[in-house]
Amino acid sequence: MYEITYKEILNNDVELMVVNAPFVAKNAKPGNFLIVRVDEFGERIPLTIVKHDETSVTIIYQKLGYSTTLLSQKQAGDSLFDVVGPLGVPTHIRDVKSVLGIAGGVGSAPLYPQLEEYAKRGAAVDLVIGGRTKEHLLLVEDYKKFCRNIYFATDDGSFGHKGFVTQVAEELYQNKQYDLSIAIGPLIMMKNTVLLNKKYNVLTDVSLNPIMIDGTGMCGNCRVTVNGETRFACVDGPDFPAEGIDFDELMVRQNYYKSEEKHICRMKLEPKDES
Amino acid sequence: MRADRVKMPVQDPDVRNTNFCEVALGLDLEHAKMEASRCLDCKNPRCVAACPVTIDIPGFIQHIKEEQIEEAYHTIYQSNILPAICGRVCPQEKQCEGACILGIKSESVSIGALERFVGDYALEQKLQVKEEIEGQEERVAIIGSGPAGIACSASLRRLGYQVDVYEALHEFGGVLKYGIPDFRLPKDIVDKEIQNAKDLGVKFHKNVIVGKSITIEQLLQEMNYKSIFIGSGAGLPKSLGIPGENLTGIYFANEFLTRVNLMKANRFPEAPTPVRIGDNVAIVGGGNVAMDAARTAKRLGAKNVFVLYRRDMTALPARREEVEHAIEEHIDFRLLLNPVEFIGENYVLKQVRCEVMELGEPDESGRRSPVGTNTYKTFDIDSCVISIGQSPNPILKTATEGLETDKRGRIVVNNHQTSIPGVFAGGDVVSGAATVILAMGAGKEAAVEIDKYIRENRG
Ligand SMILES: Cc1cc2nc3c(=O)[nH]c(=O)nc-3n(C[C@H](O)[C@H](O)[C@H](O)COP(=O)(O)OP(=O)(O)OC[C@H]3O[C@@H](n4cnc5c(N)ncnc54)[C@H](O)[C@@H]3O)c2cc1C
Ligand SMILES: Cc1cc2nc3c(=O)[nH]c(=O)nc-3n(C[C@H](O)[C@H](O)[C@H](O)COP(=O)(O)OP(=O)(O)OC[C@H]3O[C@@H](n4cnc5c(N)ncnc54)[C@H](O)[C@@H]3O)c2cc1C
Ligand code: SF4
Ligand code: SF4
Ligand code: FES
Repeated sequence: MYEITYKEILNNDVELMVVNAPFVAKNAKPGNFLIVRVDEFGERIPLTIVKHDETSVTIIYQKLGYSTTLLSQKQAGDSLFDVVGPLGVPTHIRDVKSVLGIAGGVGSAPLYPQLEEYAKRGAAVDLVIGGRTKEHLLLVEDYKKFCRNIYFATDDGSFGHKGFVTQVAEELYQNKQYDLSIAIGPLIMMKNTVLLNKKYNVLTDVSLNPIMIDGTGMCGNCRVTVNGETRFACVDGPDFPAEGIDFDELMVRQNYYKSEEKHICRMKLEPKDES
Repeated sequence: MRADRVKMPVQDPDVRNTNFCEVALGLDLEHAKMEASRCLDCKNPRCVAACPVTIDIPGFIQHIKEEQIEEAYHTIYQSNILPAICGRVCPQEKQCEGACILGIKSESVSIGALERFVGDYALEQKLQVKEEIEGQEERVAIIGSGPAGIACSASLRRLGYQVDVYEALHEFGGVLKYGIPDFRLPKDIVDKEIQNAKDLGVKFHKNVIVGKSITIEQLLQEMNYKSIFIGSGAGLPKSLGIPGENLTGIYFANEFLTRVNLMKANRFPEAPTPVRIGDNVAIVGGGNVAMDAARTAKRLGAKNVFVLYRRDMTALPARREEVEHAIEEHIDFRLLLNPVEFIGENYVLKQVRCEVMELGEPDESGRRSPVGTNTYKTFDIDSCVISIGQSPNPILKTATEGLETDKRGRIVVNNHQTSIPGVFAGGDVVSGAATVILAMGAGKEAAVEIDKYIRENRG
C-alpha cells in the first residue's frame, strides 16, 4: 500500500497529493509518469510525477471522470492500492537558449518538471499559462521561482488575456524569438500550438496523454502515429517532437470510450434519488 | 481395457459462449480411475521423455488407479509445482500425450486431464508437501512472476535461498493472469498455485518494473542480490505493418485480453475498465492467443466472430482442444486470407481488406507457406484483434548495459546465463513466445545453474 502523506486542494477541479512510493521515487526523472490504481478494483490511470524526493512523489490531478473522482475521495493518511513507475522516457532536454512553456489547464503539472530542468540548465524560460478561470491557473507561485516572464490567459477573462494561450503566444512571437516551445494541455490545444509554431518557425515538444493500461509497452493501447510510424507513448514517450504527430487520429482514439466513461460516472458517482 | 479415452464433461457450447466460467469441468474420482487404468505403465515410458519437465507420468497414474491421490500429487510435485495449470494448458497432443504408446493404435491416455485432476484435488484438500528448507543467507532476485519466474523462485527457495520476485503489474502470474482467459484457466487456480510458492517462503513484490523502478545494477550493487533470474516473458505485441493499423477499433490481443482478464472489463461497470467490440469482430492469427481472443469476443456478445488466418485448418498452431471448442462455439474460420489494409471513416475502423492466399512449397516450419493470389476480399467489421505473436519487451535490454540480445530481442544465454555474470534468464524472453511448461522447465534448470554459480563464488 502507498500512503498519502499530504493532500492539497488547488481549485474546484484540481488537487495535489504526495504519496509514499519508494520504488517510483528512487529513479524518477523529469518527464516520467506513474500509474495509480485507487482501490482493489481500480482502473490504471497515468499521472505525471510533478516532483519527487527519495521516497515520495507528488501528483496533481484533475477530477475528470470516475477514477480521478475516486482518487479525490482519498485523504492524507489513506493509502492507494497500487502505484507503479517511473514510466516513460525522461524528457529529452535540448541544447537551447530560450524556451517558451505553454500550459493548458492541468497541463501545467506535467510541464513543471520539464521547464524547471531547462531553467536549471541555464535556458531563459518564459511561460504562457491558461485555464478556464483564475482558479484554474496552476502552480503559478512555483513557476515564478524560475520563469523570467509569465503571461496569463483565461476562458472567462477573470485573469490575464481573455481567450486561448495560442493567442497570447502569437502576440509574443511578434517581437520575441524562442528556440523551442513546450506545449502541454488538451490535445486540441497542442495541435493548434504546433500549427502556430510552424508559422513562426519555433520547434515544439509536447507530452501526449493517450489512454493507457500497463504503461510498459505491452498492450499497444497508447499508440500514436508520428511521422507515419507507430510509436507507443508509454515507452517511446510521452514526450515527442510535435511536428509529425497525427493529432486528429489521437483525439478519436482518446474518445473511444467516452460513452462508457459517462455511463460509469452516472451509475456510480451521481447522488442516488432516495425517494 | 477401454480403447477410447474417458471424455471430460464440458459446458454446453451454446451456454458457455455467453459466460466466462470454465469450459471443461474436470474428471471425478471414478472417471479418473477409469482413465488411469488405461495406462500400460510402460517400462520405458515414451510420454515422460516428451514432457519438458519429465514428470514420472506412469508413477502418478498408478497412484490414481490405487486411489492414492495424495501420493500422486507428491510424485508430480517433484517435477512440476503447477499441475492444475499445466494439466489445463499444456499442448498435450504435441508433448506427453503425443508420444504415448497407446496413441499409435487408438487414443493416448488423457495425461493432461489426470494431471489436472490431481492438481485440483491438491488445491481443494490444501495438500502441502512438507519440506525441510535449509536456510542460506544469499539473496536472489527474480524478474517477472510468470511461469518461468515462479518455477525458478520455488526451486531456489527449496535449495534454501532468500528469494524475492519483482513483478511489473499489479497481479502475479504473467500471461496466466493477463493473457489466458478464465474460461480456460480460472484465476483463483493461478492464485492458489502461486500461494504454494509463497508458502515455501518466496516473497512477491508487485508494481516494480526492473529497468525503471530499479535497475539490475542496483539490485546487484545496492540490494546485495548474489544472482538474478530474468523471466520477463515476451510481452511486446507484433504488428501487421499494414495501412490503417492505428484506427480506432483495432486492438492488439494483449490490450483486448488484458482489459478482460486482468481488468475484468467483462464486468463493466462493476469493474471500471471498459471494453468495446461491436457486432462483427475479425481476429487475425491462428494460435492460442487468437483462439482466446475469438472466444472472448463471442462471450462479450459479438454476433459474428471470424478468424482470418493465412494458411489452412491443418496448420493452425493453437492447442487442438481450443480449436475444437472454438468451432463448437460458432467461431467462423475464414482461411487462406491475409489482411493487407484496414479501411476507416473519420479514423474509425469500418472494413478489412484481405488478399486470398494459396498454399505453396513447405517453409522452414515444415508447413506449406501461404502465397498471395492477387485477388482480394473485403469484410465489414466493427473491431479487429491482431493476434499474430509477441516478442520480448525491450525495457530491460535498454536499461541494462552489456545485456546481449539477438536480432529478435531475445536474451542470449549460455547454460541459462546471460552475457552478464550472475544474471540468468529463461522462458519466453529467451525462447520467444512458447509455452507455459517450457518456461517452467527453463526456470527450474536455471535455478540449478544459479545454485552452482553462487556456490562457486562463495568467498
Ligand atoms: C503520460 C500521461 C500523463 C498524465 N498526467 C496527468 C497529470 O499529471 N494530471 C492529470 O490530471 N491528468 C494526467 N493525465 C491524464 C489522466 O490520466 C486522465 O485524466 C485520467 O486517466 C482520466 O481518468 P478518469 O477515469 O477520471 O476519467 P475518464 O472518465 O476515463 O475520462 C474522462 C475524460 O477524459 C478523457 N480521457 C480518458 N483517458 C484519458 C487520458 N489517459 N488522458 C487524457 N484524457 C483522458 C476521456 O476521453 C474523457 O473525455 C496523464 C495521462 C497520461 C497518458
Ligand atoms: C493469450 C495467450 C494464450 C496462451 N495459451 C497457452 C496455452 O494454452 N498453453 C501454453 O502452454 N502456453 C500458452 N501461452 C504461452 C504461455 O503463456 C507463455 O509461453 C508463458 O506464460 C511464458 O512464461 P514466462 O514466465 O516466460 O513469461 P510471462 O508469462 O510473459 O511472464 C512474464 C512476467 O514478467 C513481467 N515483467 C516483464 N518485464 C518486467 C520487468 N522489467 N520487471 C518486472 N516484471 C516484468 C510481466 O509483467 C509478466 O508478468 C499463451 C500465451 C498467451 C498470450
Ligand atoms: S506438464 Fe504438460 S507435458 Fe508434462 S505431463 Fe503434464 S501436461 Fe504433459
Ligand atoms: S506412454 Fe502412455 S501407456 Fe505408456 S506409461 Fe506413458 S501414459 Fe502410460
Ligand atoms: S500503455 Fe500499454 S503499451 Fe503503452
